[in-house]
Amino acid sequence: MSLYQILFYVFASVAVLAAIRVVTVKNPVHAALYLVLTFFSTALIWILMEAEFLGIVLLLVYVGAVMVLFLFVVMMLDVNIAPLREGFIRNLPVGVFVALVMIIELALILGPASFGLDIYPSPEPAPADAGNTLAIGQVLYTKFVYPFEIAAFILLVAIVAAIALAHRRRPGVHYQDIDAQVRVRAEDRVRIAELDADKTRRGDVAGDSKANQDKETS
Amino acid sequence: MTLASLNLQPVLPEIVLAAMACLILLVDPFLPKRGPTVSFVLSILTLIALFVITLVQMDDSVRMSFGDMVVNDPMADLMKLVVYVLVAAVFVISRTYLRQRGIDKGEYYMLGLFGVLGMMITISSNHLLLLYLGLELMSLALYAMTAFKRDDGRASEAAMKYFVLGALASGILLYGMSLLYGVTGNLMLTAIAETVAAGEDSMALKAAVVLIVVGAVFKMGIAPFHMWLPDVYEGAPTAVTLYLAAAPKVAALALVMRLLVDGMGPLFYDWQPMLIVVAMLSMAIGNVVAIAQTSFKRMLTYSTIGHVGFILLGVLAGTNEGYAAALFYTIAYAVMTIGGFGIILLLARQGFEAESMDDLKGLNDRSPVMAFVFLLLMFSMAGIPFTFGFWAKLAVLQSIVGVGLWWLATFAVVTAVIGAFYYLRAVKMVYFDKPEDTSPIQADVNVRGVLILSGASMLIFGLYPTGLTALTAGAFGL
Repeated sequence: MSLYQILFYVFASVAVLAAIRVVTVKNPVHAALYLVLTFFSTALIWILMEAEFLGIVLLLVYVGAVMVLFLFVVMMLDVNIAPLREGFIRNLPVGVFVALVMIIELALILGPASFGLDIYPSPEPAPADAGNTLAIGQVLYTKFVYPFEIAAFILLVAIVAAIALAHRRRPGVHYQDIDAQVRVRAEDRVRIAELDADKTRRGDVAGDSKANQDKETS
Repeated sequence: MTLASLNLQPVLPEIVLAAMACLILLVDPFLPKRGPTVSFVLSILTLIALFVITLVQMDDSVRMSFGDMVVNDPMADLMKLVVYVLVAAVFVISRTYLRQRGIDKGEYYMLGLFGVLGMMITISSNHLLLLYLGLELMSLALYAMTAFKRDDGRASEAAMKYFVLGALASGILLYGMSLLYGVTGNLMLTAIAETVAAGEDSMALKAAVVLIVVGAVFKMGIAPFHMWLPDVYEGAPTAVTLYLAAAPKVAALALVMRLLVDGMGPLFYDWQPMLIVVAMLSMAIGNVVAIAQTSFKRMLTYSTIGHVGFILLGVLAGTNEGYAAALFYTIAYAVMTIGGFGIILLLARQGFEAESMDDLKGLNDRSPVMAFVFLLLMFSMAGIPFTFGFWAKLAVLQSIVGVGLWWLATFAVVTAVIGAFYYLRAVKMVYFDKPEDTSPIQADVNVRGVLILSGASMLIFGLYPTGLTALTAGAFGL
């Protein structure tokens, strides 16, 4: 067994075990961390397969950005996991049975009989100076420019959809309008009210102020 | 690769649509807040412009672009024309409904246009990657539109179900595509067909066929993968249901045609039995379960499941006649569906959704014209002679009898007869039951106009089907 194979089996088993833990741990934060581990092991397998650009992008984008954001959300929301786990034990036998049947079926089909080394011999390892960043860069904006643009439109639709669904205009909210603050004039803020200096009607205070108010509003 | 070899002309409609959708996106926020009339008008004008462009470009040749990734054959052109008309009709008919529910926003039309873009990409793709991206672009717009009435719990639940199940279906489809790529080493559909035809049969290839059939059939809403359909169609605002039920089915047919016929045509004898099983299930479940529904919206949804089963019959015939019949049936189905769900829009008003079967009662007393339109639509869905739906069913049945599947044709006819029961029951409610609600119908001229057009087309294409038959036959070089 070569070092290459040993590394592959280590990374692959870590990925599978971590994936199982994602659905079996009780704490959602731990589940998210196990998901990070799964992605990490997958990225390492990709790098083993000489797809180093994809491996690093997976680390940067998924582990670095998406999963961290995801962790924040999980921590902030305080998800109550108990209702989600209801019936886990009860449904476990059926779930395990279905999963086992699927694994066996897929193994029979995708096993050595169809994808063995005698049918698809392993490719020659690329020379040390070959980089697939360059290779991807050369086709991304030429041969695959159309799918690339469509992917951009998918992201645009996601933005439009998110804003359409989440943005709401609340009438009662106060917010700072710097434009209006800069443009404000003294007359807008201070109002000089002319009041009578007559002191003879001082006894009727309430009636007096009310009369003044009426005057101001008119 | 030079600009000339890109050959941008065949993708002109897609480029125009993308540009216009972005323009509307930019213009809409600066418009007065009274309502997105400008966005609406621009959307309709865009669809008209696309119609003209595609019509001018249309000929019998197959035009490729982007290094054979994009294919514009007669089938793609015809499907695109149909999509433009359907979506324009949906936009027009849903305007009032949206306004009354406070969701008449520019985003509705934008997402609708992006959905059309996704459909167009799916329809004219010759590449697995494009097929998937087009499908996702369309689906993403559809998910968001389903949740558009975001304060409505039912709509949110429907969108959630649609999103999760749609993602699952996409995953299955992608798995199949990746296996197909693994076995053939190619993403180009025509090249895959050549490799498959040249190589020997392998189990992995069969697994790819199974996964792709499941994914595609899931997207089309065919039993036994139909569970999401009733909840989504019922929960979504009716205007969105109209959008979901009409044009995307054309794109779904294109997906099936591209993947199974163009890409895996040599594996016909592997996927035909699967399609026979799901088509039979779909026709049986759709038509039988529809009888038990008390909600008109759900009844129409189950009728949709039955209709898509019929559409698959044309595909599984495996002949050009069959494909033409499937396309003919899809067009007929989409027009009928706009009419069917349109009736709900007709009866709905501010603060009232006319979703129950009981709301149909005595429509004749309230509006004889609309009652007659309803009668035509239901007769057409049931497949009563000399309506649009009759010729659609006839064409599909002829095509499978042509390849010797007599027993399947018999089964289809039996389910259609069962289906006729609930269509005729709805007609009976409209004509012979006393109305529970005698208030006059408030629907405006948009709704009435589209409904009358839809009803009239049942008669027009029912009496003169030859024009459309020739068009769909021409799309497959017949």
